[in-house]
Amino acid sequence: MKPAPSIVFFTVASGAGYGLLFWLGLLRPTGLLPQAPAFALTCLGLSLLLITAGLLASTFHLGNPQRAWRALSQWRSSWLSREGVAALLTYLPALCFGFALVSGASGLAVAAGLLAALGAAVTVWCTGMIYASLKPIAQWHHPILAPGYLLLGAYSGMALLAAVSAIGGVVGGPASFIVTLGLAGLVLKLAYWQIVDRLGPAASLASATGLEALGRVRPLDPPATETSWLMREMGFRVARKHAAVLRRICLLLGFVLPMLLSLFAGQFGGGLAVLALLLAALTVLAGILVERWLLFAEATHTAALYYHG
Amino acid sequence: MTCLPDRPPGAPALGLVIDLDTCVGCQACATSCKQWNASGHSGPLPDLHPYSAGAEGVWFNRVHSFEAGEGAAGRTVHFPRSCLHCETPDCVTVCPTGASYKRAEDGIVLVNHDACIGCGLCAWACPYGAREMDEVAGVMKKCTLCVDRIYNETIPEALRQPACVLACPTKARHFGDLADPQSAVSQLVADRGGQALMPDLGYRPVNRYLPPRQRQAESQPIEDQPTPLDIKNPLLRWMGRVLTR
Ligand code: SF4
Ligand code: SF4
Ligand code: SF4
Repeated sequence: MKPAPSIVFFTVASGAGYGLLFWLGLLRPTGLLPQAPAFALTCLGLSLLLITAGLLASTFHLGNPQRAWRALSQWRSSWLSREGVAALLTYLPALCFGFALVSGASGLAVAAGLLAALGAAVTVWCTGMIYASLKPIAQWHHPILAPGYLLLGAYSGMALLAAVSAIGGVVGGPASFIVTLGLAGLVLKLAYWQIVDRLGPAASLASATGLEALGRVRPLDPPATETSWLMREMGFRVARKHAAVLRRICLLLGFVLPMLLSLFAGQFGGGLAVLALLLAALTVLAGILVERWLLFAEATHTAALYYHG
Repeated sequence: MTCLPDRPPGAPALGLVIDLDTCVGCQACATSCKQWNASGHSGPLPDLHPYSAGAEGVWFNRVHSFEAGEGAAGRTVHFPRSCLHCETPDCVTVCPTGASYKRAEDGIVLVNHDACIGCGLCAWACPYGAREMDEVAGVMKKCTLCVDRIYNETIPEALRQPACVLACPTKARHFGDLADPQSAVSQLVADRGGQALMPDLGYRPVNRYLPPRQRQAESQPIEDQPTPLDIKNPLLRWMGRVLTR
């Protein structure tokens, strides 16, 4: 599948934004985070910025963005519609949360924060399910896919939270969370790649043509000598060699490096810790960008069978 | 509404039956489809760079050629590919806007181009690659089963058939009601072992493909068979050769 830059950016940016919102709403009442309203407001602002930028980027992918509101109507059957509804609804408690922080209504802040956290989790789950529900794409139509979106959203959100809270003077807790979530993410990615490497396409060309009785089927002539939208969209292929390099870059940038930086920050604290955690947040985002690009590039669609066999 | 409709019992399932035995891959169905639909329900069907390198465009029907089987048993199979008007297609249910829909009355799957936002998700959800984006209008397009011909009372009754069916010079395409076991198309499917494509994915396609017929055992081209001129006796053969010089 073609890794469209707008979708790759959308899922990474809004995933991280919702992750940040989730942890902020959930952890702030526990006292593990800096309690100054300025801290919570900075995190909230950053998360809404990322979410909004991602949602706007996703509309660049549409042929008719001015009709995007119509996408809220089919929540009964469509995960994309559910995602849109959940994303919009989550703005309500998030803005309420911000209002409560500014006006110092601490009870409301806790309640709205928790509701926003719930909305964030639901939205990212819907994003994952859009892809996981597509039967023609074997690499996506798998129970591990949507939990992966959730976990990596939570992980990148935590990386952002740790960076901001280090600036606010709290290092230990969030930094250790990065290590835990990073380990979980690492295991998940390794498991995912193990699964997709063993997976064949969702069907064979023989069953796609109804010619199974004749034996092996292979393409001879395509319908046209030039390409088409279908081929650009579903015929995208990445060389195994390149994918292997990118997987290593993803593991290094997205997981190994930030975990080491967080361990370092937890150990030494102070100004160096702020620097280390800022760097960790950046490498996590870079690593997840590579991860998301690969998630598209390595996915194969049954329609491509008619062309590539 | 992108939930699938409750199809009334006995409602027809209109579709195509395509004979892979007689299809010669001439592309007549593809070009006549393009011609009719360019100005029909889902028109226009844009072409990008039509007169230069990189020419491409929207087609509802594309004809592939495949090689199937090995050695002497192997054969070339021409394979027209268009929407199969599935009974339980995810292309409809994934649509966030309600633009994609399946008609309760005859099962035809269509797109409402005034509501489509061009997100492309329905094309991802179609295993058969049957949907194509009109990148000029930014909306999804697909085979309409020539809904604007088959019920069209302004054309003679004999022509109320999909354009591709009428154009086929070898009569490899048949249109009809596949829900009715007595219909000509259903009979054809029963007689010839018509196949549903990728049935495991659970979309329950309506269209069927008739696999190529078995070759006659030992069938040899007539030219290779002995004729009265193949004279066994060497003397007579020599005489024959001398006399025919
Ligand atoms: S062939 Fe594809 S576009 Fe047509 S109904 Fe089936 S899933 Fe939908
Ligand atoms: S491209 Fe149009 S028809 Fe297809 S899913 Fe999106 S809105 Fe629906
Ligand atoms: S039924 Fe009509 S729209 Fe569909 S492939 Fe045939 S000519 Fe094209």
